[in-house]
Amino acid sequence: MSSLERSDVARLAALARIDMTDEDLDRMSGQLSAIVDSVAKVAEVAGQDVPATSHPIPMANVHRPDEVRPSLTQEAALSSAPEAEEGRFRVPQILGEEA
Amino acid sequence: MSKMTYESAMEQFDPVFGIEVHVELNTKTKMFCGCANEFGAEPNTQVCPVCLGLPGSMPVVNDKAVESAIRLGLSLGCSIRESSRFARKNYFYPDLAKDYQISQYDEPTSYEGSLDVVLDDGEVFTIGIERAHMEEDAGKNTHVGGTGGIQGASHSLVDYNRGGVPLVEIVTHPITGAGARTAEVARAYVATIRDIVKALGISDGRMEQGSVRADVNLSLRPKAAAGEDQNAVPFGKRSETKNVNSLRAIERAIHHEAARQADLLLAGQPVVQETRHWHEDTSSTTPGRSKEEAEDYRYFPEPDLLPVQPSREWVEELRGTLPEHPAKMRVRLKEEWGFSDMEMRDAVNADALDLIASTVAAGAKPQAARKWWMGELARTANDREIALPDLPVTPEHIAELQGLIDEGKINDKLARQALEGVLAGEGSPAEVVASRGLEVVSDDSALEAAVDEALAAQPDVLAKIQDGKVQAAGAIVGAVMKATRGQADAGRVREIILQRAGVEG
Repeated sequence: MSSLERSDVARLAALARIDMTDEDLDRMSGQLSAIVDSVAKVAEVAGQDVPATSHPIPMANVHRPDEVRPSLTQEAALSSAPEAEEGRFRVPQILGEEA
Repeated sequence: MSKMTYESAMEQFDPVFGIEVHVELNTKTKMFCGCANEFGAEPNTQVCPVCLGLPGSMPVVNDKAVESAIRLGLSLGCSIRESSRFARKNYFYPDLAKDYQISQYDEPTSYEGSLDVVLDDGEVFTIGIERAHMEEDAGKNTHVGGTGGIQGASHSLVDYNRGGVPLVEIVTHPITGAGARTAEVARAYVATIRDIVKALGISDGRMEQGSVRADVNLSLRPKAAAGEDQNAVPFGKRSETKNVNSLRAIERAIHHEAARQADLLLAGQPVVQETRHWHEDTSSTTPGRSKEEAEDYRYFPEPDLLPVQPSREWVEELRGTLPEHPAKMRVRLKEEWGFSDMEMRDAVNADALDLIASTVAAGAKPQAARKWWMGELARTANDREIALPDLPVTPEHIAELQGLIDEGKINDKLARQALEGVLAGEGSPAEVVASRGLEVVSDDSALEAAVDEALAAQPDVLAKIQDGKVQAAGAIVGAVMKATRGQADAGRVREIILQRAGVEG
């Protein structure tokens, strides 16, 4: 059972902004299908009485108090930005919609 | 371009709407890191590896934000999930440093509630709440070049101070049955949410600063034939108008969208399901990106965060901290204060209710408090183009000012001068009265001297008064008021003049 079509992989690549060649798509649709199919086996074993788990460790409520901690300086924050201007991160023209 | 009006659209179609409201919480720190949550700092000075999405950083949930979200959920009549979790919503936009937003998807904190909103005429409309979930805000883009908008910009600059600020997003069920009152109901709903978050003290509720923001969904469907069930008619295609950020704009956005959609439908054209942008300047909307392309967020459970499992005891304890529902409070205050319907409505619309309540709490009579805030102060705020609560004057100042009038230390005219001083930052009313020398001259000997001087300047007046023309005293009162720069008690001046003339007042 091949659960992931080549077109699915192409779409995921586009959504994730990953450039893939035709060759990449062929290879990845095979590999990703194998992974998806393996994971699908879990569903065969787990019945309705097994709750979905998003964390392997049964912990909850790990919170912090609402207390201010030091932030980075503006200089440090911008230090690894490719470009900065007026204390802000400079990003290329945004094509699309108004924020 | 629109040929239909809102009213005619409502005559021909049945509207269905839904609203998403984002509330920015006023916690001291951000949702997942200890950076300060404060408006107006220098760009990128309230950022850290977590809210900049730097590799290796780990988010930790702010417990106060969870508390605020639960209290808000309870105020909306929602059930609180025993276990809720966060999810990643993936999309690319420069104001989102991580390329995903931490939100909640299938397990929101609060779900299935309902909220009663009171319309201007007192009618109550119940809004079904689908969910209220926690998430983080994005940074702020500034577009450079062109006209300042995104169109024609050469590049953009990003400030992440707001990135990671805690939000609660409240989503309604589709709302039907409001008919021609749809715009009014939508406005009242958002106003009620704003009032609730302010009363809870979990947000400043300021729409103009983006603390409360609304997205408005609207669709039109054919009216059911007579005798048939309107709710059996399927919904039409909807548009979602983003970032409608004032109460007035919510009404106008619904007016605009209803008319636009009605035009399309009557011309036999389809309404496209899409996101639209609201333009305040032209009161109109334009299409954004198409939903099909953009809305594939590939949500998945956030692996860096653990579930939130509030104990039932804690939830009940929080329920005990909820303030009076704003609509109920209004009914109570209206009665206590003896305001008319119109006085109450004007005060609510001017955002003056809290101010009047605080002024009354500081000792002023309700009507006196109302007159100051809705009169002189409303005019001043209007002239300065700022909101009433932003005037540099406190309810305590107004109560003190009114107290000075009630004690007879100053009259109305002097009080207005004292208020000018307070607004100019010269101190409290008592301080301004002292420093500007505004106190009413109540010392009889000073008044008598001023009266005698005025009578000497107009010798014929005394004879006229003695002749029975008592109204002639007005000229002398005027002269005395002028001589004392308005600081005399006019009633007392008049008494002295009549005494001088030997006439009974």
